[in-house]
Amino acid sequence: MITKRDLLAGAAAVGAAASFGFQGAQAQTVDLLKIFVPAAPGGGWDQTARMIENAMRGAKLIGGAQITNVPGAGGAVGLPQFINQWKGQGNSLMVAGMVMVGSLIANKSALSLAQVTPIARLTGEFQAIVVPADSPFKTIKDFADALKADPTKVPVAGGSAGGSDHILLGMIAKAVGVPAPKVSYVAFSGGGPATAALLGSQVAAGISGYGEFGEQIKAGKLRALAISADKRQTGIDVPTLKESGIDVELFNWRGVFAPPGVSDEQRKAMTDIVQKMAASTEWADICKKQDWTQITLVGDDYAKYIASETTRIGAILKDLGLA
Amino acid sequence: MDSLQHLASGFAVALTPINLMWCLIGCTLGTAIGVLPGLGPALTIALLLPITFKVEPTAAFILFAGIYYGAMYGGSTTSILLNTPGESATIVTALEGNKMARGGRAGAALATSAIGSFVAGTIGTLGIAFVAPVVVDIALKFGPADYFSLMILAFVTVSAVLGSSAVRGLSALFFGIWLGLIGVDLQTGQARFTFGLQELLDGVNVIVVAVGLFAVGETLYMASRRLSGGDEIIPLRGSLWMTKEEWSRSWKPWLRGTALGFPIGAMPAGGAEIPTFLSYFIEKKFSKKPEEFGHGAIEGVAGPEAANNASAAGVLVPMLTLGLPTSATAAIMLSAFQSYGINPGPMLLTTQPQLVWGLIASLLIGNVMLLALNLPMIAIWVKMLQIPAPILYAGILVFATIGTYGISQSPIDLILLYLIGAVGYLMRRYDFPTAPVIIGMILGPLAEQNFRQAMTISAGDWTVFFTRPLSASILLLAFIAVAGPKLYELAKARKSDPALAKS
Repeated sequence: MITKRDLLAGAAAVGAAASFGFQGAQAQTVDLLKIFVPAAPGGGWDQTARMIENAMRGAKLIGGAQITNVPGAGGAVGLPQFINQWKGQGNSLMVAGMVMVGSLIANKSALSLAQVTPIARLTGEFQAIVVPADSPFKTIKDFADALKADPTKVPVAGGSAGGSDHILLGMIAKAVGVPAPKVSYVAFSGGGPATAALLGSQVAAGISGYGEFGEQIKAGKLRALAISADKRQTGIDVPTLKESGIDVELFNWRGVFAPPGVSDEQRKAMTDIVQKMAASTEWADICKKQDWTQITLVGDDYAKYIASETTRIGAILKDLGLA
Repeated sequence: MDSLQHLASGFAVALTPINLMWCLIGCTLGTAIGVLPGLGPALTIALLLPITFKVEPTAAFILFAGIYYGAMYGGSTTSILLNTPGESATIVTALEGNKMARGGRAGAALATSAIGSFVAGTIGTLGIAFVAPVVVDIALKFGPADYFSLMILAFVTVSAVLGSSAVRGLSALFFGIWLGLIGVDLQTGQARFTFGLQELLDGVNVIVVAVGLFAVGETLYMASRRLSGGDEIIPLRGSLWMTKEEWSRSWKPWLRGTALGFPIGAMPAGGAEIPTFLSYFIEKKFSKKPEEFGHGAIEGVAGPEAANNASAAGVLVPMLTLGLPTSATAAIMLSAFQSYGINPGPMLLTTQPQLVWGLIASLLIGNVMLLALNLPMIAIWVKMLQIPAPILYAGILVFATIGTYGISQSPIDLILLYLIGAVGYLMRRYDFPTAPVIIGMILGPLAEQNFRQAMTISAGDWTVFFTRPLSASILLLAFIAVAGPKLYELAKARKSDPALAKS
């Protein structure tokens, strides 16, 4: 049996070696969880990491957490560091998601998410296609018809090229029979500036996470035409793309990974802790506040999901001429 | 008036002892992080986000806003004294401010920037309280085409910092534009000039370049001069305080800087840097002593310093009225709203009046606090210049290195810092101006992105820059800025030419 003191001494001696503390017959806990965030403080992944810390601490699953930010290029800068320098550290997690899948493909990175150990998919944000309140587009069909007539006449605002917003537009275009590279996509440096362009009627439509537009929609300044979720969402009176006859579904999902080279026991222990957190009331409260949809998926199913996402996103980026 | 009543209730919230304490902590912390080049308000607030779980919302936002305003004050101190801009918005301040410090007028430069910041911050905050809805409506009318024209106007004004040799000035400008192009292109997602380095995909940080050119380059230059025998001890001339003449030369730039900074700050793609460039240009044009520019003209400190603080207030306008974050700091403040379950948006003012008005009132109080914190400090700051040069410059080098490492903990940034420092040394040695590099780096990519956004929206029709009224009027202004003085001279020459007058 390892006591806390032994553990600290051991950790000090071997540096950042794996340090699971099994304290007697109690539930498994980690004294210090190290979370690697391949993005700057304040963004979606960083918030996810900080909320994981809160929920786990609240549910008494960990003693504390230490968060490291290595920002750059949608995670393409951080991933090599996580793979090389964090190898085999069973007490650590990396937050990543769909954006990293796209960024690794678009930046022609030699690495992929297949090289880290999948633990769990946690949350997803579905996206919304919105128009200014005075737009002639009343339904997603009006938008699709205009797109079919002449895609260059329908400038659509969103985040950086090749990101989730651009990918969704490419998918919609493909589904309605418009060649993806023909779409007129106006990239802004984020959801905020894109919303400003929409409020000023500078563009015909916009795509971003629903949360980015939610308040503007409530205030009647923007109108949501469709959302990219798989089914209707409670409290949101907007049809999905699927029920409008456009067979597209997209979640900007976020999940956690362990480094490569962890043992099967370490992987299982970490998966248990994350699963417990995902089932806790603390986590449910946080997701509600942050407008995150819980889409927990663990183990091999998660690994398969990542593989299929990589294929799907790779194909659409190729269609858009970005990969 | 409705707003006055709200503001009074806001003061009732802000003046409670506990909120005053948060305001004081925020202002002090903000000043401190503004001084360090790597630490900006965005990063600091992000690191403090966890306090939102312990502290009530109004107090947290009072703290955050204090940090935001404080950073604008602090950034100018190192710009003036050490030629090391702490924030990108205070880069222009270093141009004249550091020259003033070298001329022995460090006290006056610090005073005019502190008082200018106070004046601009106060007017700007009152602007949030009384004219925000109008300002935000106008700001949203600016589309990419109009922004592009605004960048053209800003580029035209660059001539004010190009120096005497156009070739040298333009080479510096294009070097800056090239630096700005490094990284993933926003519109196509393709990497440009990254040389296969993943660390360069997000581009080069403008602070790294500014600190490298100004601080590291300057240090190398000083060291080389010393080796060849020269040594400079910066003398202190005259009083610490501003003279009567300096007061009378400062107050108009403060007001003009505020008038530029507040509306541009409120624009979604405006930012704090462009108004400081424009203010510098305007002050040079209006100055009775334009020959002093480049050698420590107080107007060149007073105007841009007022402009950057007014723009900080401007950024809060779309944030509080529409829930639109238009800067990194505002985006992180908004994510703090979310962790309280408050949804920032157009309804914020009606659903959370106590929070919004409390925040506005505490910004006004924070401004007074910042002035009280900064003015007495001037005497201490100025002493720093009496440190013997080798120690002072060694200190600057350490400070610049730590600050840069703090930005992203990336060794690549440190290598860049010293490479750019070496370039800065060569530029200084061969008499190239360094300011155009920074201006090119900030304006170049903005102009490019807005141009391409405008062209995508107009489906490739370039006449959009002349057919949109806003864009056309800004281009006209730019034309007047270039050709105006020449035409004026021509007209004057005609009048005074007797042969022409007779005919």
